[in-house]
Amino acid sequence: MDLTVIQAAIPKFVAGFKLTLWMSFTGILGSLIVGLLCSLVQYFKVPVISKVFTGYVELARNTPLLIQLFFLYYAFPVIGWKMSAETCGFVGLTFLGGSYMAEAFSGGFAGIAPNQIDAGKAIGMNQFQLARYVVFPQGLSLSVPALAANVIFLIKETSIFSVIAIPELTNTALDLIGIYYRSNEYLLMLVIAYAIILIPLSIILTILERRVRYGSFGN
Amino acid sequence: MGHLGTNILFAGNNFQRLLGGLWTTIWIALLSLIIGLILGTILGMLRTLKNRPLRIVLRLYLEFFRIIPTVVLLFLAYYILPRQLNLNLPADQVAVLVFALWVAAEFSDIVRGALISVPQHQRESGLAIGLNHWQLFRYVLLPQALTLELPATINLATRVVKTTSLLMLISVMDVINIGQQIIEANGQTHPNGIFLIYGVIFFFYFIVDYSLSLLAKKVDIAKQH
Amino acid sequence: MTKEILRIEKLNKFYDKRQVLFNIDFSIKQGEVLALLGPSGSGKSTLIRCLNGLEHFSSGNLFFAGKKLVPTEKNWQRLRQKIGMVFQSYDLFPNLNVLDNILLGPTKVQKKNHDQAKQEAISLLQRIGLTDYTAAYPRQLSGGQKQRIAIVRALALHPELMLFDEVTASLDPEMVRGVLEIIKELSEKDNMTMIIVTHEMNFAEQIADRVLFLDDGHVLEETDGKQFFVNAQTKRAREFLESMKF
Repeated sequence: MDLTVIQAAIPKFVAGFKLTLWMSFTGILGSLIVGLLCSLVQYFKVPVISKVFTGYVELARNTPLLIQLFFLYYAFPVIGWKMSAETCGFVGLTFLGGSYMAEAFSGGFAGIAPNQIDAGKAIGMNQFQLARYVVFPQGLSLSVPALAANVIFLIKETSIFSVIAIPELTNTALDLIGIYYRSNEYLLMLVIAYAIILIPLSIILTILERRVRYGSFGN
Repeated sequence: MGHLGTNILFAGNNFQRLLGGLWTTIWIALLSLIIGLILGTILGMLRTLKNRPLRIVLRLYLEFFRIIPTVVLLFLAYYILPRQLNLNLPADQVAVLVFALWVAAEFSDIVRGALISVPQHQRESGLAIGLNHWQLFRYVLLPQALTLELPATINLATRVVKTTSLLMLISVMDVINIGQQIIEANGQTHPNGIFLIYGVIFFFYFIVDYSLSLLAKKVDIAKQH
Repeated sequence: MTKEILRIEKLNKFYDKRQVLFNIDFSIKQGEVLALLGPSGSGKSTLIRCLNGLEHFSSGNLFFAGKKLVPTEKNWQRLRQKIGMVFQSYDLFPNLNVLDNILLGPTKVQKKNHDQAKQEAISLLQRIGLTDYTAAYPRQLSGGQKQRIAIVRALALHPELMLFDEVTASLDPEMVRGVLEIIKELSEKDNMTMIIVTHEMNFAEQIADRVLFLDDGHVLEETDGKQFFVNAQTKRAREFLESMKF
């Protein structure tokens, strides 16, 4: 273990760290939007579109991100759709994450006790009011644990961006190992970098989950 | 697309090679799952014991495998085993080792969760008829936990299958790696072949994981009744 | 002649092929209290849930205030604002505090003025002695408190008919009395029309003007409240009453 090696690599790792954070943030945001949209369409059983979205969710959820990225990065340019590696990463992560988030939201909406729906109906609510005042507020808090797990999962998935040469953390470390052949130092830095992102985040998410659970359960 | 590039799939022995890669992918996934599930069951049982240091160690093990991306885990083993431990395993065995340890970590949490959710009175009635701890696990807790944990286990299997896509990163000749080689060898003559090869691989993963997730849903619904 | 509130004609209900309610006929007048009694599985809860469309009946007619209901979802929604319902498991909305639980119906469904609805809600809470709990969440309340608030939530819509479905069945014994007293007061002071499914025979005896006795999805007898408990017409009902005594 050589400290000078570590020191010298810090700027590169900081850059990779920032890129991992940024790509995670944008990808997760995109996933949440796509996921919420899908789950709403599925909840209201919008004809045709809901079938299409269900197809998308199953396709995206049941295939590896790596192949999805290969399609975007290597195959699409052949038919003239060329995107930068970063754009491919964003689109790929959103494509994959959207399906996971859709499942999380739908799971929450489906988890509401039938009695709650009855109680809403009994005071004369229509479909929309039921959704607005009963299904969504309760369903969203029920879906928080799954959403939180997806956030962690998607951040970890950004490590796969290294295959299309996006200089995020993993790619940075592998590059450095390739050039300088110092695997110990760079791998240690890589592990620490992920720990810095994911340990505090998973603690925060656990606290959030506990809060929300307290708020939504115990009729 | 002038033609769909079907001839690239059947040119030479390309199709056999792709099938060979598929087999590599499948056996690595299966073997990792089997080893991981067995190890995970043991670890999960240990995590329900009262021994605090043991529980902390196992918890740390779980958290490490949860927090570090699988890609990184693969590279850790790939570089550290030969260079630090002088252990020169072929890449496919490195992969099995990493995946199995990862599955064991995840599964230990599933097993533990299922074990502690077996109602207390079941435990007590087992003890009341004179079962010892091991017998209690073997005849009362594990069988009940098993049905509780089945959907989560199947979901874990789908994740293992998807994770095998990372094999090419440590140069295992899996279905994706062989696909890449075929594409590269024929890129000049059949530029559209890339869609077909990726399509076949995509379809393979989809078929396996979609069937598994349908199964998980079915089991989950059956469990609720 | 007092006004008829609700009338049911030839109501049948199937779950798939299995028939659970057979040709039910009855009506209820303004201010009347009707008790639906019968053993478990006799169809009382299914019947009461058919009255506001939480369960859809398979055939038959429902008349509310003399007007026949065309059973579309829209019409049910409109009707449910005139029929309050209280459930066995309270089913307050866990994400809303007490006041918001009560106000949801008047302000969001009936679009009433918020301040005015709040005034009313508070005076209703006064009646049940829970004004201190406006900001509390359901999880912070006892079962008895939750059930009293569930009653207020239903009353806040100014219903013309109240349905009570086993409202004391989940309560601890010491909580039962408080809830039953509110229901009794509603009948005596407010002259509220009510249909009650209950296993509290003493309570039913005190409050019911009329009893509908169900067994296996059939109405076996329809008897004056006081009469039913001392002199039921059918053997089945007498056995049932006997079995409820300890």
